Amino acid sequence: MRTGIVVPPEGSDTAFFWKGSLARGYFRFFGRLLVRFILSVHGIGAFALITFGVMLSKIGIATPVIRPMTLLQIARAGLRLLPLATFLSLALGLIVIGQTVSVLSRVGANELLGTIMVTTVVRELGPLLTALLVLCRAGTATVVDLGTARAMGEVEALEVLGIDPVHYFVVPRVVGMAVGMFALTVYLIIGALLSGYLWAFLQDVPLSPGDYFSQMASALSGLDFVLLGAKSIAFGCGIAVVMCYHGLAQPLTLGEVSRATVRAVSQSIVFCVLIEMFFIVVYLLAG
Amino acid sequence: MNSVSATNSSAVPAFEMRNVTVTATRDASIVVLEQVNWTVEAGDFWAVAGLLRSGKSDLMALAAGISRPARGVHHLFGQELVAGYEHERLALRLRVGLVFDGGQLLHHLTLEENIALPLLYHRGIGPDVSARIQALLELTGLEPWAASLPSAVNRNWQQRIGLARALALKPEILLLDNPLTGLDPRDVGWWLDTVDALAAGHPIMDGKPLTLVVTGDDLRPWRHRARQFAVLRNQQFIPVGPRDQLDDNHEPLLQELLALEMRSLPRTSKT
Repeated sequence: MRTGIVVPPEGSDTAFFWKGSLARGYFRFFGRLLVRFILSVHGIGAFALITFGVMLSKIGIATPVIRPMTLLQIARAGLRLLPLATFLSLALGLIVIGQTVSVLSRVGANELLGTIMVTTVVRELGPLLTALLVLCRAGTATVVDLGTARAMGEVEALEVLGIDPVHYFVVPRVVGMAVGMFALTVYLIIGALLSGYLWAFLQDVPLSPGDYFSQMASALSGLDFVLLGAKSIAFGCGIAVVMCYHGLAQPLTLGEVSRATVRAVSQSIVFCVLIEMFFIVVYLLAG
Repeated sequence: MNSVSATNSSAVPAFEMRNVTVTATRDASIVVLEQVNWTVEAGDFWAVAGLLRSGKSDLMALAAGISRPARGVHHLFGQELVAGYEHERLALRLRVGLVFDGGQLLHHLTLEENIALPLLYHRGIGPDVSARIQALLELTGLEPWAASLPSAVNRNWQQRIGLARALALKPEILLLDNPLTGLDPRDVGWWLDTVDALAAGHPIMDGKPLTLVVTGDDLRPWRHRARQFAVLRNQQFIPVGPRDQLDDNHEPLLQELLALEMRSLPRTSKT
């Protein structure tokens, strides 16, 4: 097969595609994706290990500086997102109940409403939706913030003051995002469960609040609470590490910050899906 | 290879570079200076001059321990400065202060918080810390802007805050990277007076004279202040020697940087 007629400028991201045959181009394309993925996993994994090493070795050090920064990050990743999380929880309750009520009513299985809410909202959609919310609002701000700091030479300024940049920049963000994510997930799930009943009530489903909540209580197990906590904290830590890695780990210029942000968001989404898959496997094995 | 040792050779030098290759701080694959042999004794006052992109900032970054030499050894108070933030390494690192070109303040902290950061991080909260922060703010003369973010004040003032931040932990060596670039005459006067006082023993440093290294692209302001001189040219660190040898030295860049008048440039004719 002949090469393309339109030749992109030298250095273009797609230049490799036009140089070889189409089939060879596809191999190169996927090969390059694979290599880039492996390098990213390697880099982010090493950065995560360094971060958790610093987190453990510096517990209780410089608390007058680190504690206020951690509280600020909890506010950014949790408290300030509460209005949007409330709106999303209402929407989530509507979506799940709205779609299932008509089907369940037709087959006379309204007693499964609570069980469906637990299966979809508590186990899957609640944590995932919260993760995407935190990623969009707090995660992107983190890359831009740290990327700007990196480009402006603030990392070097910290080093010369004897302040570990990972301790100062990354640890508060990882802790803050994990705590904020966990709290926000709990609020979003509670909101979605309540709004679910509200929408069921508005659709004249013959279901008392006591029945609805007892259905959910019987569908929930202790493992759900443990895995919900673990999953939301894993989402928070993971997103924070990926964001901080792209903002801080490599030298950046101001012009590269936007590209780093895009890359960080893409990789965070992939990471969230991988975490989600891991927990599905855990549920299946435990169930 | 040149080596300059200015004063008491029996004492441990403040810092010493032997056959050091300096790379760019941003990209370690770019060599900016080679075969640097430099000894700075305690109490010395060095002025290092070079044109733009001659490697002044990278040399200061290496001297402060931000970057590592690609080759050679860099000793600080007789010990090799290695990466890390453990107690012993930290204690050594904190004996050096660096004022960056432009200050390089943390953009999310106010001017006062920037000064307070090293004190709060290393010393914690206390009345002596608050008093020191206040004294450093007074040194800069920027108390009315203490609650402003760096973006709200000009670059020169950011650099003053950078000086106060570098002095916060009372270092023994102070490195000033291009402190006079782009200043108006009044600001130049403030910097020269302050550096003179620091060299002689400023009250903010408990009257103890600092070991000073300043860089710049003009040696004239430092000619009667610094005690040792060097220039950077063609990736080389060229020690010039003490002040009284300046006029006898025929290094062309030195003479250019000491020239009183700018050379008149040929007028370009319009076509």
